[in-house]
Amino acid sequence: MAVGGVVGPALLVAVAVILPAMSAGVLGRLLRTTLLLSLPIAISALLINVFFFPGGHTVLLRLGPITATAEGLAFAIQILTRILAISGAITLFYLTTDPRTLTIDLERRGVSPRVAFVANSSIQTVPAMLERANAITAAQRARGLDTEGSFLRRVRGIVPIVGPTILGSIAEVEERTMSLEARGFTRPGRRTLLWAPPDSGSQRLARWLLVLSVPLLIVMRAAGWLG
Amino acid sequence: MLTLDGISYRYAGARRASLRDVSLELRDGEVLGLVGASEAGKTTLCLVASGLAPRAIGGQTVGRVLIDGTDVAAEPMHALAARVGIAFQSPTTQLSGVAATVYEEVAFGPTNLGLPRDEVIDRTARAIETLRITSLAARDPSRLSGGQMQLVAIAGLLAVGPPHFVLDEPTAQLDPAGTRLVADAVARLAADGASILIAEQKTDLLSGLCSRIVALDAGSVALSGDAAEVLADPRLRALGVAEPAVVRLARLARAAGIEPGRLTAEVSA
Repeated sequence: MAVGGVVGPALLVAVAVILPAMSAGVLGRLLRTTLLLSLPIAISALLINVFFFPGGHTVLLRLGPITATAEGLAFAIQILTRILAISGAITLFYLTTDPRTLTIDLERRGVSPRVAFVANSSIQTVPAMLERANAITAAQRARGLDTEGSFLRRVRGIVPIVGPTILGSIAEVEERTMSLEARGFTRPGRRTLLWAPPDSGSQRLARWLLVLSVPLLIVMRAAGWLG
Repeated sequence: MLTLDGISYRYAGARRASLRDVSLELRDGEVLGLVGASEAGKTTLCLVASGLAPRAIGGQTVGRVLIDGTDVAAEPMHALAARVGIAFQSPTTQLSGVAATVYEEVAFGPTNLGLPRDEVIDRTARAIETLRITSLAARDPSRLSGGQMQLVAIAGLLAVGPPHFVLDEPTAQLDPAGTRLVADAVARLAADGASILIAEQKTDLLSGLCSRIVALDAGSVALSGDAAEVLADPRLRALGVAEPAVVRLARLARAAGIEPGRLTAEVSA
């Protein structure tokens, strides 16, 4: 059975996801979150490829009119390792990186304060939006809106909640923009940074090793050393 | 001195002007109150006085706004931030949304100006001290009460260092305790020498703060003068402005045949 393209992603997961997660003490949460995130797409990718892979001819199993093939299974494993590599990396980022620290560091490294602000405020806005949506849901329920029961009732209940949530947020944007103007936000040039996130020598070394491993992996893949 | 010289302003897409030939002066170190019914033009005047209208929100202006003799139209918005600060009604929309602590929120303005780090720290510490919010410095600004948030917003403006402040109904969404906090903070700002234009519906608050009052009606100046005189002017009620409790009490006392001076003497006794 061919497992071409599995070694590279597996190696990446081990070196760039599992090891850092262990070192940060978040391995358990990482595994749980990654599996939760990738399970639905992993199951559908597995079933579709195992049973419907177009180039499959080595039959492993017959279930009525459909057949599971070894080529389909190999391709599904390849896809699964990629899904795990991507969702694992995203989860690791989410579990170990404080958005504010990230944007401050990006700004320190020359990213425009506006870009950093937009990135940071977008992340910070999510809890505020949820809080607003909860308040609006409670207010609409108090006025008799039915948000429980059948699927259709729930769908009908969404509009009176989503509408005010989004419109209210849009209405706030103008005042927020003016407040930012009043505090010199539109001034061109760099802002003063009050603090810099800690960055140890070992972290810098690990980052450089990861960056250097990218061309190395590309070369190894092109040379066929990764299967 | 902040001067509005024959200002008329019309919002983009509006048929009628929201301000009509308004002229007023905010002298250095003065607290000037602005009263009027809803839609009299108070917020619009605040936006124009701070230079945000028409530049940030569009619309058309006739007349000039001068800060210490310089036309605000000639200055970029970010430079104007260091000359006039504006606070709005809603405490939540004035937070940057990116600060994890009150300290960082207050420091947001000075950091935008690119000031040396030591000066940012110095300004932030002074603003926090002036507004007496040292106990809040390490708190998450989004988890404060409305009154506390408004204090943080004003401290954020103070840290930028403008000599003039425009406060647009800063207590409109606050409970009595929050209103008291903000009123005390404005009084401290004034005592520190800042000149303040404050739009308010709560005339009780203005009577203790302002030296002069301007009353707006349908975008025009209807009354203007010494605070005590304007607040006691019987025409104020016709403009949709509630008179301060002390004025109302005096009026009711007179109607009942009691000399208001006697009430004061008896209360004091």
